[in-house]
This record gives sequence, C-alpha cells and structure tokens, in this order.
Amino acid sequence: MALLEIKNLTVQFDTPGGVVHAVNDLSYSVEAGETLGIVGESGSGKSVHILALLGLLPTPPGRIVSGEAWFDGQNLMAMSDRALREVRGGQIGMVFQDPMSSLNPVLTVGRQLKEVLVRHTDLRGRALKDRMVELLDIVGIPHPEARLSQYPHEFSGGMRQRVMIAIGMACNPRLLIADEATTALDVTVQAQILDLVRKLKEDFGTTVIWITHDMGVVAELADTIQVMYGGRIMERGPVRPVFHDPRSAYTWGLLNSLPDEGARTQRRLYQIPGSPPNMAKPPAGDPFAPRNPFATERCRAEVPPLREVGDVPGHKVAAWYDLPALLAAQKEETQ
Amino acid sequence: MTGFILRRLGESLLAVWGVVTIVFFVTRVLGDPAALLLPIGASPADIAQLRSQLGLDQPLIVQYGQFLLHAVQGDFGMSFQHSRPAMQVVLERLPATALLAFTAIAFGLIIGGIAGSVAALKRGRAIELVVMAVALLGQATPVFWLGIMLILFFGVNMGWLPTGGYGSWQNLVLPAFTLAVFVSASIARLLRSSMLEILKEDYIRTAKAKGLLRSTVFFWHVARNALIPVVTMTAILTGELLGGSVVTETVFSWPGIGRLIIQAIEAKDFPVIQAGITLIATIFVLINFLVDLLYGILDPRIRARR
Repeated sequence: MALLEIKNLTVQFDTPGGVVHAVNDLSYSVEAGETLGIVGESGSGKSVHILALLGLLPTPPGRIVSGEAWFDGQNLMAMSDRALREVRGGQIGMVFQDPMSSLNPVLTVGRQLKEVLVRHTDLRGRALKDRMVELLDIVGIPHPEARLSQYPHEFSGGMRQRVMIAIGMACNPRLLIADEATTALDVTVQAQILDLVRKLKEDFGTTVIWITHDMGVVAELADTIQVMYGGRIMERGPVRPVFHDPRSAYTWGLLNSLPDEGARTQRRLYQIPGSPPNMAKPPAGDPFAPRNPFATERCRAEVPPLREVGDVPGHKVAAWYDLPALLAAQKEETQ
Repeated sequence: MTGFILRRLGESLLAVWGVVTIVFFVTRVLGDPAALLLPIGASPADIAQLRSQLGLDQPLIVQYGQFLLHAVQGDFGMSFQHSRPAMQVVLERLPATALLAFTAIAFGLIIGGIAGSVAALKRGRAIELVVMAVALLGQATPVFWLGIMLILFFGVNMGWLPTGGYGSWQNLVLPAFTLAVFVSASIARLLRSSMLEILKEDYIRTAKAKGLLRSTVFFWHVARNALIPVVTMTAILTGELLGGSVVTETVFSWPGIGRLIIQAIEAKDFPVIQAGITLIATIFVLINFLVDLLYGILDPRIRARR
C-alpha cells in the first residue's frame, strides 16, 4: 500500500514577473519501506512540492492551486494547520539542506533535539535525556552526552548534518524526507551520511524520499528514481532500468553529463544545451522540448502523459518520442 | 571571558576619562565664572580674590590635575548656585530621572515589542501598514510638541492630569508617555525589520518542520534571535534617558538631571556641569558594558569569540 500518494498537485508563485508555474499537475506515490530518489535541477519543483504538501510553503507568494496528498489515509492538503503540525516532525521527519543555516545558532543542539521529542512523544526526564543521547549516538556523533550542551557553531558541517538527521529521525517517523541533505558536504562526509541513512532504513524500515540533483547519490541510495523538470515528472522507475535504459532525453542528458566511474577513456562529457525554462512563461508542450535535440513538433505543442515503457514494470516516461530508436538511428548515421 | 571583562572595563574607564577631560576644557572656554558670580560692578580685586578662592588663577594644566584628582574621589567642588557639593546636587536628581527613564523604557518595550511583532507576523496585511504608519509618526513627532499638546489636552482642557511637577504617579503619566511614544516607535520599527529577517532564516523552516507549536516557534526561534539588535537599541535609549531627557524634563518641570544641567549651563555652574556630565558618561559607559556581557548570554557565537 502506498504510504504517500500525491494527486494532481499544482503549485504556483505570484511574482512581479508573472505567475510562476512551479509544480504542474504532479502525481506519484511512494510505497511503505521504499526509498524514492527525486532528481532535478533547481526550479524543477522537487523541493517546492514537498514544502507545499507539508504546509511549509510561504504563502504568499506561493499558492497551492489544486491537489491532494494522501498520507496514511489522510489528505495532508485538506488538514488544518493544527492537525498538520501533529504530522510534521512526528510521522514525517524532514532533513533540510545546508546544515549551517538550518539549525538555530543561539540554542543548544540538545534543546533543538529535545523540543521535537517533547512535542511528539511522552518521553520526559531521564527517559527523554537517554533518548537524546541515543539519537546522537545512532547518527554517529562521538561523546553524545557532552555534545548535547553545545551550540551548532561548535559542530563541523558533517556533524551538523548528523544532528539534522537525528532531529528528523527523533520520533521514529514513517516517512523521512531529505532535501539536498548531503549537497553542502564534502564527498567523504557525504558517503558517511549515505551509509548512515541506509543503516537507519534497514534498522527502522523508514520510508525515505531523497531529493537531490546528484544522480550518483540516487544510484547509491534509492529503489526508485523520479526525474523532474519544469514542475513535471519526466521519467520514473526502478533505479536500474532508468540508469541503463533511459527513455527521456533529459534523463539521458543527465546520465551522459556524468563522468564514467573508473573509466580511463577520455570522453567529452555531454552538456545539455540551453538553460532551465522560465516557468513564468512555460513552454506549451513538453517543458524540456526547447532544449531537446530529439524534440518533435508534437513535443512543442502538447504535454506528453506519463506512460509505461520498457520491460520493467513501473518504468514510466513522459515523452512523445522513442528515445532508444532515435539513439540507434543517430548511431547508424555517424557510422 | 575574564580577559574580556577586564579589557572592556579598561576601555570603559578610558571612555569616561575622555569625556571628563573634554568637559573640563570646554567649560573653561565658556567664560569666567568669577565675573558672573559676583554682582555687576564688583571691583577687579574682588574678582581676583574669588578667582584664587576657586583655584581659577592657577595654570590650566594644574587646574586639570587638581580636578582629576578630586574627581576620582567623587569630589567635583561646591556648586556655585547651590553652595553644596556638586555631585550631591546631581545625585539628588538621579532618582527622578531614573524613575522617568525606566517607566518610559518599560512601557516602550511592551508597546514597541507587541507592535513590532504584530507588524512582522501580519506582513502584508492592513494592520502592518497601520502599525508602521503610527510608529513612523511616533518617531518623527518632536518630543517638545507632543509634550505641550498632551499638557494642553489632558492637563489644561480636560484637567485630568497635572501639567507638570513631581511627586505622585499622576505627575509621571504625561512625561513618561511622551518619552514612551518615541521609545516604543523606535523599538517597534527595529523589531519588525529584525523579525522579518529572522523569519526568512532556514532554521525557522526547520522549527516549523518539527511541528512545533506556533508559540514555541515564535518565542524560542523568532523572538530569541530578533531581540539581539533590540537589546542594543534599548541600552542606547536607556543610557540617553538616564542622562536626563532635557526637553521632556523641561517641558514638564520634572526635577531630573537633564533640567539640572541645562540650568547649570545657563548659570555657568561649572562644578555641577562637570559632575553631571561625568555621571551621565559613567552611566552610559556602564550600560554599554552590561550590554556587551548580555550579548554573550544571548548569542553563544559571540561568547565563543571572546
């Protein structure tokens, strides 16, 4: 059964430059225990739609035009502020990007961990303190007891991100959403954090939505990958088929812009032409069409629906063209 | 931390010494008090005698040395007007000034704090516009004009409150309100802009994502951080008001330090001027010192840097 099901979510921003179409008729679901990696560049709507469904979107300028988000039988979008506050931090934990600014600089780490536990659990006194120490220990922070009374500036970036994860995991949420949680960290620390999240998934069976622009992170962590562009899903499916048999030109571009791991061959990295769309004046059809060398007339005129492709169930693409055929034809031409 | 306190104390003493020195030399430029103290037509011999009595016939640098030596003992000489120790005359006025200052600051903080918070939290609503317009008006209204209008309305026309003087709470209402208008307007405007900055911070989103109650987010995350600049402004305002609000005290005949010093300047009562200014400078410097300590408590990052 799906733990989270988003239906027809549309979010817009009212700006002086016009209405920005940030999220357009977005629908998808996440199964319990699944790890979903959402990939996209800035402006793809990947962070905005999460903020919208948790009631964290600043309104104005943001505006939720339509949509439902069913979490555990309840529609988050129809909930009162009060009811939503019960869910946030309790059943749904959040880990934000940039651990430098996501923790309050004037409160101790202990205090910031404590307030979420006091809010959502019955732990008090000794048991509360024990749980706080336990949480810092789980996320691999040495000397947890002493660390509780320290302030964020006394932690390194990686340690702060661990604190953020401890806060996100504090109340054993059913769903953990991490938004660019490792982006600000260097590669070795990032690897440690990913190990940690994998371990937490194994130990607690938490469902995870991992938002990133880094395909490598998704490959390592996720069961399912969802590629977003212009506030829409371009392609979605189990990680392996999407990586090995991409059906969207955008996914293909992203994958070809990555250096091959371990490969010694000198290959010129692919560069997706053009720049992200101006979502105040979105293209009429497929949002990626203006940058897509394979785009057809239909792509420019009509938004393609998400349809099943390939042999693996669940692999879906929103495209009017047939990428494997086009790539094969291109290869023949160059030979 | 101890090193920091000692260093700041040293700086404070230096600042007070600087002020005292400037005041000493400036008052010497203003004119010869001996000529003023004696009735018109006094003989040059009488003037010379008084000058030597007051020590004014000595070289300036000697007078300055003497002055400093006595000043550190709290002795600023006898007031020419009051014929009592100058510092004693000044200190007698301190309670009145302090009462007025603290009342104004207290009300200013309460009103300004609420108004500023409302304006920040109700961003873009009509209430924000109203609050900010009133605050701007409050900050721009000259204190003497407001004071006179209040006296005219509440004192003269309605007869509800005394027009001036000192002694009961009724006397306090109008001058305290006059000052509180300015204080609360300044605090409301600063707090609003400070809160709007803080509301944009990532850690506020984190706090909301934890599902914390609105009041927890507001008091522990927004207000706690937004108050830091407000503390500075409050301290500066307190220092200014404790130095005597010259205009307000004069308009309301409030027997405070500000009015005393104005009278002393008019009468060229050097000892009182010097004692008064020294006291004000000391209070101001002391408050700044306390604020620096308070900063460390409010913001652990500053504590760490010391």
